[in-house]
Amino acid sequence: MNAHTKPPAMNLNSGRDDGVAVGEELLSVDNVTLRFGGVTAIEDISFDIRKGEVRAIIGPNGAGKTSMLNVINGFYHPQEGTIRFRGETRTKMKPYEAAASGIARTFQNVALFTGMSTLDNIMSGRSLKMNKNFITQMFYYGPARDEEIEHRRRVEEIIDFLEIAHIRRQPVGKLPYGLQKRVELGRALALEPDLLLLDEPMAGMNLEEKEDMSRFIIDVNQQFGTTIALIEHDMGVVMDLADRVVVLDYGKKIADGIPEEVQASQEVIDAYLGVPH
Amino acid sequence: MFYREAGQFKTNYKADQAIFPILQDKIGLGVILVIAAVIIPFFGNDFFINSIMIPFLIFSLAAIGLNILTGYCGQLSLGTGAFMGVGAYSCYKLVTIFPDVNILIHVLLSGFFAAIVGCVFGLPSLRIKGLYLAITTLAAQFFLEWAFIRVAWLYNYNDSGAIEVPTKTAFGIAVTGASATPMTRYFVVLGIVVALTWVASNVIRGRIGRSWMMIRDMDIAAELMGIKPLNAKLSAFAMSSYYCGVAGALMVFMWLGAAEVESFNINVSFQVLFMVIIGGMGSLIGCFMGAALIFILPIVIRSAPEIVGLNIGAATAEHITQLIIGSLIILFLIVEPHGLARMWQIGKEKLRNWPFPYG
Repeated sequence: MNAHTKPPAMNLNSGRDDGVAVGEELLSVDNVTLRFGGVTAIEDISFDIRKGEVRAIIGPNGAGKTSMLNVINGFYHPQEGTIRFRGETRTKMKPYEAAASGIARTFQNVALFTGMSTLDNIMSGRSLKMNKNFITQMFYYGPARDEEIEHRRRVEEIIDFLEIAHIRRQPVGKLPYGLQKRVELGRALALEPDLLLLDEPMAGMNLEEKEDMSRFIIDVNQQFGTTIALIEHDMGVVMDLADRVVVLDYGKKIADGIPEEVQASQEVIDAYLGVPH
Repeated sequence: MFYREAGQFKTNYKADQAIFPILQDKIGLGVILVIAAVIIPFFGNDFFINSIMIPFLIFSLAAIGLNILTGYCGQLSLGTGAFMGVGAYSCYKLVTIFPDVNILIHVLLSGFFAAIVGCVFGLPSLRIKGLYLAITTLAAQFFLEWAFIRVAWLYNYNDSGAIEVPTKTAFGIAVTGASATPMTRYFVVLGIVVALTWVASNVIRGRIGRSWMMIRDMDIAAELMGIKPLNAKLSAFAMSSYYCGVAGALMVFMWLGAAEVESFNINVSFQVLFMVIIGGMGSLIGCFMGAALIFILPIVIRSAPEIVGLNIGAATAEHITQLIIGSLIILFLIVEPHGLARMWQIGKEKLRNWPFPYG
């Protein structure tokens, strides 16, 4: 479980050459409560995500992890509490506004555009950065094509980075699951987000695929300086990757801290293993 | 064998993004355009041009319109006929109000009225999806049919309730009405259809087309990539209706010569929808294939017994035609649910790899 111990989050920037300062607050969730009718999915949860860190959100099934991500990127609007992103407290925000403000995400069940090729899927992540109007699009040759090529270049960099050049032209619906997950990560990266939310990026993968994916996550974090919030069930992965971990259980926060602290917490052990009655 | 990209290397993204990256495809398209623009008008007789080619092109345009909405943006519509009607009636009104303006401008402008109406009836798509949306577009169909009958202003208070196309000239040549030759009308229709197909292919492969396909494939993820569903869906409705509207205007002004509400009824909507489904959702070439199968094939089958000298009577020929077309539709859908365009694509892939089974 604790094969490699990471230094605490505060000291991480010492070894970095990308100038990303870890420690500044990027996103803060304050006293958020989310209810669906009589069911309370998230109850009074507060935590923060700091710039440049890998923040894991863990917890048993039904703990409210995915709901938390859905709150952060605007699918759900909490009844109580606020979310502050880059110092701005936001009211009801639509998912596309969250995307425009720099939050990208992948899904637990892959949500790719199945009818489109790998290339088009990742190009779709560039939509927000493309702004040529309808008239130029109609004629294509000229500004619209220049824009396409400019973004194609960036997309090819992502394709190279994720080592998926060989499936560039294939429709993603036919790709094996592990590759689909990778394409989805590529699509999220194409947004060049400040905060990347990964919902179980390694679910259903074998060891080799998990190692690949872990490598990509570390590279994204360290090369691009992208802040990452990660939901994952594989504790080995979580403890290795995460700078800090927040643990949810039945919609409540039961622990928050560096991996070692969380691992040692009796409440976390109880939540995962159960307690005798 | 001859259809192979061996030796055709792409060294920049510009070449790689081309619609037809393979040289043979470019040649093929050129050949088709030459046939359409040179061989058909000079070697085809009036019947062939007037009763087959012109309506075929017009229905292809309508199918492209519907394909933009249904095939690319995933919004099912049963109001195609009515949107074509909006184009036709607005073109008629434009000609009445501004008789001196070039008829081609009127035809192209009339699409915008259809686009506006399409946007209005597209608004429910923001809340409802799939078959339920199809029902609301059905409402559009019936409402607009009602309007074409009840709003007498639309047909200039004619006693017949029909719109009749006056003779109009463009650049000194009679384009519409009785004195326009089939060849002139054919060239006008061909020009507009080719131009609009080219525009559609440009829009589809760019940012806007991609946003439609994102909405179609996974609307939640599309929103997360920063796509506003309102913009994406309504732009698809607008562009789709524009194409249908222009097709409707062409249908009355370049083909039928006169029309009433029956020309735009629900059957037309279904016919165009079948063209899209059989041709292939999300494919432009499929629109032409679908239109050919649904529109041209029945004419060919109907006249086949006569050509080979069989005298079986018109009614029997009609029944046989319906039987054959019906079974062909079922056959094609079983063999390839994604339509003729997909079969065409598979065929091309096979040809590229031939004689090996895999590339």
